[in-house]
Amino acid sequence: MTQFVWVAVLLPLLGAIANGWLAFRRPNAKGLVSAIGVGVLLVAFVVAVGVFLEVRHRAEAVTVLLWHWMPVTQRLSIDLAFRVDRLSTVLLLVITGVGGLIHLFSVGYMKSDAGYARYFAYLNLFIACMLILVLGASLPVSFIGWEGVGLCSYLLIGFWFEIDANSDAGKKAFIANRIGDFGVLMAMFLLWTNLGTLDFAEIAQRAPAVIPAGSTLAVGITLLIFLGCTGKSAQIPLFVWLPDAMAGPTPVSALIHAATMVTAGVFLVVRTGVLFALAPVTLEVVALIGALTAFFAATIGLRQYDIKKVLAYSTISQLGYMFLGVGTGAFATGIFHLVTHAFFKALLFLGAGSVIHAMHHAYHHVHAHDDAQDMRNMGGLRAVMPWTFTLMLIATLAIAGVPPFAGFFSKDEILAAAFARGATNPVYLVAWGLGVAAALMTAYYMARLMAMTFLGKFRGGAGAEPHLHEAPWIMTGPLVVLGVLSVIGGAINLPAFLGEGSAEGLDRWLEPVTAPAQALMPALVMPHGGTEVMLLGGAIVVALLGLTLGLRVTMASPIPLPGQAAPEHGLWLLLNRKYYIDELYAAVIIRPVHWLSRRVLWQIIDAFLVDRMAVGGTARIATSLGWLGSRVQNGQIAFYVVMFAAGAVLILRTLLR
Amino acid sequence: MFLGPSLALSAVLFALGVVGVLIQRNAIVVFMCVELMLNAVNLTFVALSQLHGISGQIMVFFVMTVAAAEAAVGLAIILAIFRHTKSVDLTQINLLKG
Amino acid sequence: MNAVTVVFWCFAAWAVASAVLMITRSHAITSALWLVSTMFALSGIFLLLHAEFIAIVQVLVYAGAVMVLFLFVIMLLNLEMEPWQWRRWPIWVFGAGLVAVLCASLVSLRSYTPERLAQEVSGLSSAVDPAMIFPDGRAAEAAARSQGVVGAMAEPLFRSYLVPFEVTSILLLAAIIGAVVLAKRKL
Repeated sequence: MTQFVWVAVLLPLLGAIANGWLAFRRPNAKGLVSAIGVGVLLVAFVVAVGVFLEVRHRAEAVTVLLWHWMPVTQRLSIDLAFRVDRLSTVLLLVITGVGGLIHLFSVGYMKSDAGYARYFAYLNLFIACMLILVLGASLPVSFIGWEGVGLCSYLLIGFWFEIDANSDAGKKAFIANRIGDFGVLMAMFLLWTNLGTLDFAEIAQRAPAVIPAGSTLAVGITLLIFLGCTGKSAQIPLFVWLPDAMAGPTPVSALIHAATMVTAGVFLVVRTGVLFALAPVTLEVVALIGALTAFFAATIGLRQYDIKKVLAYSTISQLGYMFLGVGTGAFATGIFHLVTHAFFKALLFLGAGSVIHAMHHAYHHVHAHDDAQDMRNMGGLRAVMPWTFTLMLIATLAIAGVPPFAGFFSKDEILAAAFARGATNPVYLVAWGLGVAAALMTAYYMARLMAMTFLGKFRGGAGAEPHLHEAPWIMTGPLVVLGVLSVIGGAINLPAFLGEGSAEGLDRWLEPVTAPAQALMPALVMPHGGTEVMLLGGAIVVALLGLTLGLRVTMASPIPLPGQAAPEHGLWLLLNRKYYIDELYAAVIIRPVHWLSRRVLWQIIDAFLVDRMAVGGTARIATSLGWLGSRVQNGQIAFYVVMFAAGAVLILRTLLR
Repeated sequence: MFLGPSLALSAVLFALGVVGVLIQRNAIVVFMCVELMLNAVNLTFVALSQLHGISGQIMVFFVMTVAAAEAAVGLAIILAIFRHTKSVDLTQINLLKG
Repeated sequence: MNAVTVVFWCFAAWAVASAVLMITRSHAITSALWLVSTMFALSGIFLLLHAEFIAIVQVLVYAGAVMVLFLFVIMLLNLEMEPWQWRRWPIWVFGAGLVAVLCASLVSLRSYTPERLAQEVSGLSSAVDPAMIFPDGRAAEAAARSQGVVGAMAEPLFRSYLVPFEVTSILLLAAIIGAVVLAKRKL
């Protein structure tokens, strides 16, 4: 099955082409579109399971060579090859599995959308690109996927491009990502000149011998890669695009901007783990940036009212956790959190989608134009949407870190790893502190979200209330599956004290992948015994405290409608306005760039130098030459005869030589 | 006999004809300069016919015929132009101007 | 330098002088008369080159017919040309310079003799007899002796060149019609 892993990539690609064709020719053939869109994912998932069953008992990686992509010279020869190892298999399963569920959900969610076929074309294309990204055997191949998912993200954020704000959000995402991509490209160039290879396996093999540990080169390369990761995975300083990316359809937010694409950065760090292991400074930066992102995003999440914005900041925060995890050098914990996060965050987004769907339909019935995503318009939905409520509650408990749900184990392991590193390096201790604070706030804002959405009384108007209803089975079905996964997902990597003999744990299972990097780093002694139990207990207390606080504070006072809210002030305003980060970027970066583009690049270089001087100058030269030539045609026969005689003399002189 | 001198004389007369075409403004005189050039060429034919046989002189005969025809038509054209522009000054006739 | 050579150079000088005067006169009549003079000089040179028939025809046709036609037209138009102007001298100087170059190239032909030409045409390095290389010249001389000058010319003209000769008549007819059409105010 491993040899046929390309089928999993090819099928979604073909699906994208077929659906793209249908989008032009048969935009209303929704049954066919769904069959293609979901069908290819189903087959891809089957392939993924088949690959998993093989890889399960095979430690070494298998390279599937498809063709020689750039056979330029003996030295510069890049193959289009896939690398099937345990790391890519994990992501293969997550992408096709969660992706398939989200495709299924989309069938219900996008049912009445005019761009149905286009939507599925993009979605299938995304899956294909994402699979190329995780399966790529070398950086350039992965980079195809890396750019491809960026493109799909752009296309899907701006899916409803009729509204300017949506296409602007798409552009913002794309541009922010390009800054990061620049870093990845530079890192690739550096790797090429220094190592002479871009193949992941060869990098891992040669890097320790060629690049001295802790050298500027190692730090430079890894920081550049990490710059790419901050773009793709929405970390400080490039996180600003992700909240705006919520302009896309909600299943897209679930698939791309929560479960899969945004985790590509974490994946890339793990993939190039050997390089990071050679640069301890970068690892500290990664951990600190991750922790800071987790903390600040969580604080912003405290004061958002748009249900998707809350989840978006929550995603940024959770991605921060993942980077904190890989920053400690415990790469498997980062991947573990990636997997569990994919389950519960996809569930949260899809649940939110279900809620928005219901709100939207209700408003549609009464012709109201209120914001279907504003939590201040919701409330009391538990009664009409019991399934959604129950499943989102599970996800909330999972993300808040309440045992035995999935998030508890993964988040706890990350914090434990940071704490363990903190024993020798205070930077990690700071990161750990930020992580714990973020965990508290995570529980708080999730409880607030649940309370505002599902508890209390409906605030969206009495007219709309009778039209609220539970989503159809095709939407709740995937939710149930994700709910089950959110509950039991933690079992793939139980902490040591629960399953001492858990030989199948993800940590152990990923060892063939992470071992080369681990060997270069000081051993990570995870807390055990009393310390571990204390940490676990503390985490549970923090989670429960956050949940209780969030519930109490939110329910304590009536929630004003969007238009009637008292103006925010002080710290709350700062949080509600997201620390004015967008405004800051606008003032510091965008306006100067705008000024530079307009005044210098456009008016001086383009309009004056290029247009007036180069283009206009060429035209003037041609005109002058033409004028000179026209002087020859003066109509004077004598002049013509002179010319004629000159020609005759020339010829004669040549012949009579 | 006189082969070289004849050829040289022919060259000088031909060149004088070209100069005449260049410096004269009167279309009729320009035309006469063309006749002069034709005569120069005739001299070449005759000089070489001493070596190449009588064909050279026959060629001169044809050239004269063509020159006569050309003079008739050319002068008719000049008459027509004069009727049109009231002038045979070539500097005034510049319809070919680009 | 024998007497014939002196005569030849006299005719040559006459022809060149007449030509120079012809192209520099500002009155068309004067130019025409100097051209007639040039043609008489050339006619003399033709005689020296043993082309007696051509010499006669030169006087009859050129000096007699063609130039009379020119004179008729000149007098018909009764032109009052402006006097000589050097307004456009740059072009003329340029043209005259060119012609001087041309002339300089061609005057070197003066040194050509039948022997040298024969040597060049045959491509041999040693001196050759021109009669061997150009047998037609000798044959023409023989024909002139036996048939007379006109007879020697008439035979090839009405045998080998019969078709061109007849075409000439069509050409002349066309020229007559063309001249009438062009010159007549109203047909």
